Amino acid sequence: MEWVNVLIQGVLLGGLYALFAAGLSLMFGVMRFVNIAHGDFIVLAAYLMLSFVTFMGWHPALGIMAVVLVMGTIGYLGQRILLNRVLGKDILPPILVTFGLSIILQNGMMEVFSADSRRVSSGALDVASISLPGDLAIGAMPLLMFVVALGVLAGLHVLFFHTALGRLLRATSDDAEMVPLMGGNKAHIFALATMIASGVVAVAGIMLAMKTNFDPSAGPSRLLFAFEAVIIGGLGSLWGTLAGGVVLGVAQVVGAQIDAGFQILAGHLVFLLILVVRPQGLFARMKG
Amino acid sequence: MTTAPLTRRKAPVSLIAIFVTIVFLAAAPFWASRGTLNMLMEALAFLALAQMWNLLAGYTGLISVGQQAWVGLGGYLFFALAMFSGLPLLIALPVAALLSGLIAFPIGWIAFRLQGAYFAIGTWVIAEVFRLIAAQFSALGGGSGISLPIDVVKSLATSRGARDMVMYYIAFGLGIGSVVIVWLMLRSKWGLAFTAIRDSEPASESIGIRIRRVKFMVYVATAASTALTGGFIFLQKLRITPDAAFSVNEWSAFIIFIVVIGGIGSIEGPILGVILFFTLRSFAADWGSWYLITLGALAIGVMLVDRQGMWSILKSRGVPVLFKTTRWFEP
Amino acid sequence: MTPHNAFLEIRNLTAFYGDFQALFGIDLTMDEGDTMAVIGANGAGKSTILRTLTGLLPSKGQDIRFAGAAIAGQPAHLIHKAGIAMVPEGRRLFPSLTVEENLSIGASGKRKGPWSLAAIYELFPDLHDRRHHGGTALSGGQQQMVAIGRALMSNPRLLLCDEISLGLSPKVIKDIYTAVPLIRARGTSMLVIEQDIAQAMAVATRVICLQEGRVSLSGRPEDLSRAEITRAYFGLEADEPDTNEPAQEML
Repeated sequence: MEWVNVLIQGVLLGGLYALFAAGLSLMFGVMRFVNIAHGDFIVLAAYLMLSFVTFMGWHPALGIMAVVLVMGTIGYLGQRILLNRVLGKDILPPILVTFGLSIILQNGMMEVFSADSRRVSSGALDVASISLPGDLAIGAMPLLMFVVALGVLAGLHVLFFHTALGRLLRATSDDAEMVPLMGGNKAHIFALATMIASGVVAVAGIMLAMKTNFDPSAGPSRLLFAFEAVIIGGLGSLWGTLAGGVVLGVAQVVGAQIDAGFQILAGHLVFLLILVVRPQGLFARMKG
Repeated sequence: MTTAPLTRRKAPVSLIAIFVTIVFLAAAPFWASRGTLNMLMEALAFLALAQMWNLLAGYTGLISVGQQAWVGLGGYLFFALAMFSGLPLLIALPVAALLSGLIAFPIGWIAFRLQGAYFAIGTWVIAEVFRLIAAQFSALGGGSGISLPIDVVKSLATSRGARDMVMYYIAFGLGIGSVVIVWLMLRSKWGLAFTAIRDSEPASESIGIRIRRVKFMVYVATAASTALTGGFIFLQKLRITPDAAFSVNEWSAFIIFIVVIGGIGSIEGPILGVILFFTLRSFAADWGSWYLITLGALAIGVMLVDRQGMWSILKSRGVPVLFKTTRWFEP
Repeated sequence: MTPHNAFLEIRNLTAFYGDFQALFGIDLTMDEGDTMAVIGANGAGKSTILRTLTGLLPSKGQDIRFAGAAIAGQPAHLIHKAGIAMVPEGRRLFPSLTVEENLSIGASGKRKGPWSLAAIYELFPDLHDRRHHGGTALSGGQQQMVAIGRALMSNPRLLLCDEISLGLSPKVIKDIYTAVPLIRARGTSMLVIEQDIAQAMAVATRVICLQEGRVSLSGRPEDLSRAEITRAYFGLEADEPDTNEPAQEML
């Protein structure tokens, strides 16, 4: 029964990783662009949540809305003002600019918030759990997060496949050069894509803040988890991303069960294994 | 088949500049203080790392943010060989590099399954795997690392001054050697291959396969020489820990910023970058995180203004090229 | 020449791909309601005119006027909003969108006019049954219909067609060209690039022929002799054409 518990924990953790991955995957899908600072933006959202709720004492619901709003605005403007200027055939400038952003964000957060590790408490929810027959117990918080992750992914699905904007984003993903010939403003569409991705990053960051301790240097490993979930799931597939997150989550939790120092390594190794045996990922829809 | 023509007016100036610099650096143990000597060693090691990253990213387009994998692996293999194999230190260093090169074959094979920016992040994952595995080796101190035992250090030379001199000349060899090797490579048939990579990336199938092979070999070669430099860096530090050995900030961020700010895709760029980096650092010693923030902002600025960096700006102001890499075919 | 009231007026147009000059001073004038055919051998610069006109190629500093406004240097999506739509070479449908989504996306600019999904399905009834298929799961001819419909959905005043008969069977080409008078009847002017000269001449009210980036001939199809066109198409020394251009494509 212990292993069933472990499995459930892994699956629930996978929901969070799928959220980490969704924003990265969305930006790559629409713009063929990988944001190296992705993990640092997740941590930035976590610090915003901490500032609004813990420091300024706002109601959590207000805090969540504010974080999503601020991150979305940063995403739109950042894409429009900075990133659109370096996107092109040459992959070096976008990698370098976001790598530079990553270093700036980490050190900036260090200056503002210090290197201390923080956490946003969610009160009784932190320790509540649901008991199931057969000695199984599911933490209320991980379950809630998994449900939120499913909700966000479902929302993205509706956006992509049932709205005019989603149609435009999919068309951009197929053939960005053609989109202006359909009357679409590429700079604006790219910025909207980053805005949506940043909204997802905001939710991911809020969940990170409530789930675990974080510090200014927590970003890179979140980037790596997001990246691994994307590759495991297969490029361009929203639900593949969820599968990728779950595979990674289960690998990590099982690894931790074997040896506490083995948690992250187990996730990386499963990722490399899948890269070797199935480089296109589990549910590929797109070529890199 | 080929000659490198030297224009009469400019060549002597740059040749003299290069010659004077080399003599000046070669004589450093006889004029520099111990602090200056240590700084020069560090700068020469950074120059070697920067030239290797530049060879990889600037000439073959493989952007890695995981070169710390090879710095750390070189360091750890060197420590393991020095402590357990009984090999003399000066042999253990190249052997560690060679072993790293061998390991780079399977590792590269995996990394090459990813392209573009995903290759970059993939190399980072690999470096993390190396770091986490290194932390599992209790014989090498596990997560808290290990120091090189005194008797092993003393086998290099018994007096501190003599050790400094040996280490300095290793650093000198690494720094100057990296420049010479890249220069020779660009003037050989490899240089032509790099031009082909730049001009016709998705070219015909047969060229495509050859390009892939060239890129792979460059990846392996830079891994080995980065590991050689890594081995030296931890010989100089005398202590290795997983976090220091596989630090993304130290061995990727700094190196990448050096190359990009100095000028990617040129031999002069990394040299200029190292000079700028160490000059800025001497001013910014107490800036803390602001130093890194400044470097990051500079790198972003370079990408927005001129992707070729400071060297390109200097060149357009009439500074002569130091290292001619153009090949001329005799008619 | 009509200096300021022309529908489309291009003067002294040049274009470069890197160091390679593709167009050397093209002049072109169209009136509203015209169907202009641009003919010429491969590499003569036909597609380059369309790419410049739509803003796909940079056109800053050029002299291009459309419906009284200078459009050179404008971003492509604004040129599209001004009423120029293109059926691109090779169709370029969005593979992950259905037929109907491909059509709908053409209306992203929200221009008003006679064209709607219903009107497109009326023009190309084949598409109606397949509207939920993937855009690239259709036959070549049907894909071309989607590409034309997608362009029409923006209710353009000027429709640019790049090689719409390329790779299609004669019967399918005939079917597609039947739509041209119907499109014209709804008030859309057309600029058509064709290698199938017979087809082009049949629908065009004006013809210009390009040769190596220059206009070698222009006029009304009924005023031009076959010999003139042959000369303009192949160049002066082409009495015995030894180019790759198959002679049977002529007339």
